[in-house]
Amino acid sequence: MGKPSDLVQGTLDLLILKTISLEPKHGWAIAKRIQQISNEVLQVQQGSLYPALHRLEHQGWITANWAESETGRQAKFYSLTGDGKQQLDKETAQWNRLSQAINIVVAGA
Amino acid sequence: MPSKHKLWMQLRMLFGRKRAGWQLNDELSFHLDRQIRENMASGMNRDEARKAAMRSFGHPSLVREQTRATWNWSSLEKLVRDLKYGVRTLLRSPGFAAVAILVMALGIGATTSLFTMVRAVLLRPLPFKDPSRLVMLYEHFREGSGGDGFNSVAPGDYSDWRRQTHGFQDMAAMRGYGGIFSGVHSELPEVVQSAGGSANFFPLLGVTPVYGRPFTEAEDQPKGDPVVLLTWSLFQRRFAGDPSIIGKQIHLDTSPATVIGVLPSWFTYPDARIQFWMPYAQTFTPEDYGIHDGHQSKVVARLKPDVSVEAATHEASALQYQIHLANASKPVAEDVWSRPMIDDVVKDVRTPLLVLLSAVGCMLLIACLNLSNLLFARAAARRKEVAIRGALGGSRLALIREQMTESLLICLAGGALGLLISLASTRWLATHWRNLPRADSVHVDGWVFAFALLLVVVAALLAGLIPAISSTGSASLAALQESSRSIGGSVSRARLRKGMLIAEIALTVTLLAAAGLLFHSFVRLRTADLGCRVDRVMTMKFGLPEIQYDTREKVLLFHQSLLERVRRLPGVRGAALVSTAPGTGPNGDRVFTILEKPAPSYSLQYDAMTLTADPQYFSVMQIPLLRGRVFTEHERLHNDRYIVVSKQFVDQFLSGDDPIGKHVRSGWDDQVENYEIIGEVGDTVYDVTKPVQATMYFPILSGIPNRTSEATIMVYSSVDPLSISTPVQQQISSLEPQLPVYNALTMDQILGKITASQGFAADLLLAFAGASLLLAGVGLYGVLSYLVTQRMPEMGIRIALGAQRSEVMRVVLVDGLKPVLIGAAAGLAGAAVAGSLIRSMLYGASPYDPLVIAAMIASLLATALAACVIPAWRASRVDPMQALRSE
Repeated sequence: MGKPSDLVQGTLDLLILKTISLEPKHGWAIAKRIQQISNEVLQVQQGSLYPALHRLEHQGWITANWAESETGRQAKFYSLTGDGKQQLDKETAQWNRLSQAINIVVAGA
Repeated sequence: MPSKHKLWMQLRMLFGRKRAGWQLNDELSFHLDRQIRENMASGMNRDEARKAAMRSFGHPSLVREQTRATWNWSSLEKLVRDLKYGVRTLLRSPGFAAVAILVMALGIGATTSLFTMVRAVLLRPLPFKDPSRLVMLYEHFREGSGGDGFNSVAPGDYSDWRRQTHGFQDMAAMRGYGGIFSGVHSELPEVVQSAGGSANFFPLLGVTPVYGRPFTEAEDQPKGDPVVLLTWSLFQRRFAGDPSIIGKQIHLDTSPATVIGVLPSWFTYPDARIQFWMPYAQTFTPEDYGIHDGHQSKVVARLKPDVSVEAATHEASALQYQIHLANASKPVAEDVWSRPMIDDVVKDVRTPLLVLLSAVGCMLLIACLNLSNLLFARAAARRKEVAIRGALGGSRLALIREQMTESLLICLAGGALGLLISLASTRWLATHWRNLPRADSVHVDGWVFAFALLLVVVAALLAGLIPAISSTGSASLAALQESSRSIGGSVSRARLRKGMLIAEIALTVTLLAAAGLLFHSFVRLRTADLGCRVDRVMTMKFGLPEIQYDTREKVLLFHQSLLERVRRLPGVRGAALVSTAPGTGPNGDRVFTILEKPAPSYSLQYDAMTLTADPQYFSVMQIPLLRGRVFTEHERLHNDRYIVVSKQFVDQFLSGDDPIGKHVRSGWDDQVENYEIIGEVGDTVYDVTKPVQATMYFPILSGIPNRTSEATIMVYSSVDPLSISTPVQQQISSLEPQLPVYNALTMDQILGKITASQGFAADLLLAFAGASLLLAGVGLYGVLSYLVTQRMPEMGIRIALGAQRSEVMRVVLVDGLKPVLIGAAAGLAGAAVAGSLIRSMLYGASPYDPLVIAAMIASLLATALAACVIPAWRASRVDPMQALRSE
């Protein structure tokens, strides 16, 4: 079972923000997209995805609209807000710094 | 700054929570739906696809709960849910809820009231300019007898300190005074309390008159222009608040004085009864103004900013020692003592207030322990439910929070009710507490509300936390394993409850002991022996104006005519004159030497209280004649060199030797003269809370104007003494129409007056202790009946196996009384501490009075026994078959 700790702490937010930065998506599509792009390496569990989505929405970084989905059923589509874009930039920069640092340590050791 | 999206979300989540809940369900079911579709697309049939999707999705309600937990306001939501749940649980047992709320309301209300008073009286700064720099200076006699060592100051000492010390910015003097206040044509005379204040007194305190001006240095001289400052209450009462009185004249003791100002309404220092102020120096004759051996004044001083109180007092003390050396033959103190002005104002009420505050604090603690015990019993009833919820993944914190909500609700409701109680009772306390300084500053404000809220929170934590933690702990799972037949399963929890019970009993014993001691001391005061007749005696005080009554003959004529007229009144069995009635406070005292028995050392001063009395005083008041004789009609006018002394006088100064014929040398009249002792009489008490003082009686029939013109007429009647009051007053006014009389009191009233304030504190404390005793009884009963219910099956087995019912009863009784005995023993230690704390409030009673403490413990044991008997009886009546089957 994948628990939130399976992902590096705090990276789920980054993944979600990045995934919906191009176009609005609903929850299932977000999970699917992350899975596809990472070549099935990253499995986002529903138990972490929805709490994260709702937390981001309550932070004001993403906003949601109900719209018709590809199956014709109403779905909740999430998109980035202005604050969300800034947050994405900030988290991306942070991630880059962190992953570079880890790379240096791993390569050097 | 939060973005508009965030604000919008917050608003939506506050008001659209239900809708958001539905949407969340939709969202999750859409997800499931998509997964099923995908699974079907990859070739599964509908049923398989559904199962696979469910498997990968996990527990839907858990996901929903976890998601909801991230929402805004989710803690508020939990709180509301807990509150709803708590209210519902409480409403299910309204009796328990009502009792618990009432108990907490009493505890919180009483504690809040006392806190309000302590804050207003003890903690709030005095309403003067920079009050923390104000100190009161006193003289201290190294060989002082009794008292607290703080003695009034002589005017000569004050003026020397003021001129020759450097640690104080300034120093002002004041003294209590009295006077007959009347209009400029001597109309409406009234005897009022007044005070003398030096010219710098009001500026030093930062008090500015509302109208007019303070005294000037020129007025503050013994022969200065007679002027007065009115207090606000006199100004309103007598002059209807009309400022045109400024600059006009009134009469003080029948001589004119000019009103120069009115003091602000908040200025009631040192006593709200003071009606007007006059210049300090004008309360003295020019000869008396510079003396070092007449002590009557209070000195207030303002410290310089960079000088410590110790240094400043030390300097004054060194100066005082020089004064002492220079006046070695007179009673002049060696040292100067000081204390902060605030301490000086509240010195008499500090201990009672703090004792009462501790008492209500104890009562609140007992109430909390009780509530805790009751909650324990309820938690025990729900043990299985809690255990199951814990096993199914309910978080422990949530369970604790839920149980805490119940105690919080009880305490909140109790606190709200308590605040109402306290609003009513604070006012009542402040007005009924006799002589409470600063009573007018007692009122409820935001701080009091905050304090009440704090009490609620602390009480809720105290009462709720222990049961909540212990009933949700890891051991709670054991409740599931316990078979229904397990006996005495929760020994540890019972031990915890017994521990709390012990604490409760110990606190109760402490409270009971303190209350008992105070009450005992109060009863002793009420029944105190004044040393004279108390039944059916009316007393009435008057002072002849010295301007009209300026010769011995005039005063004597008045006294004699008055006595003759009063003695002829119907119902009067005897009448006599004395300067001050017994039990009405100290009269002045004089230093003297005894010719036949000089003092052992030159510097030692003999000092005794002086009274004046007429020949019949001793027989009317039933003061026994021990040796010699009392005055006769011959000791009058200039034939006045005779005195009668009290037993204490003989014991103290003559070591019990026959005093008759010995001579006392004293400056009672203007000159120092020899007075022959003609008799010895029994002691009377000037204040039942104080030890007997050696007394010299001078003949009132000497008529010396300023020594005998103030007198109290004592009337012993065969009827109700109050009914004699008006006829006596009529006789006085027929002799001198404009002479006011005051303090028309029966001896019974005098006794009651002295003891009223002690009685008040004792009554209150006794009420608190009684309430605590009741609480402890209820708590004991609750715990014991719970334990008995738990042990029913055991009792059933015992009885089935042949145990005697009396034996079963004994087991339960012992079980219940053991914590009581342990608690009582612990309480004894508490009582010892409490006793030493209230020592200063006990008059003539030991703080460890074994009789009182035994009586209090007996009453506790009786209560405990009553609380134990019912459960024990129930246990012994148990039907074995029933008890065994009921499991």
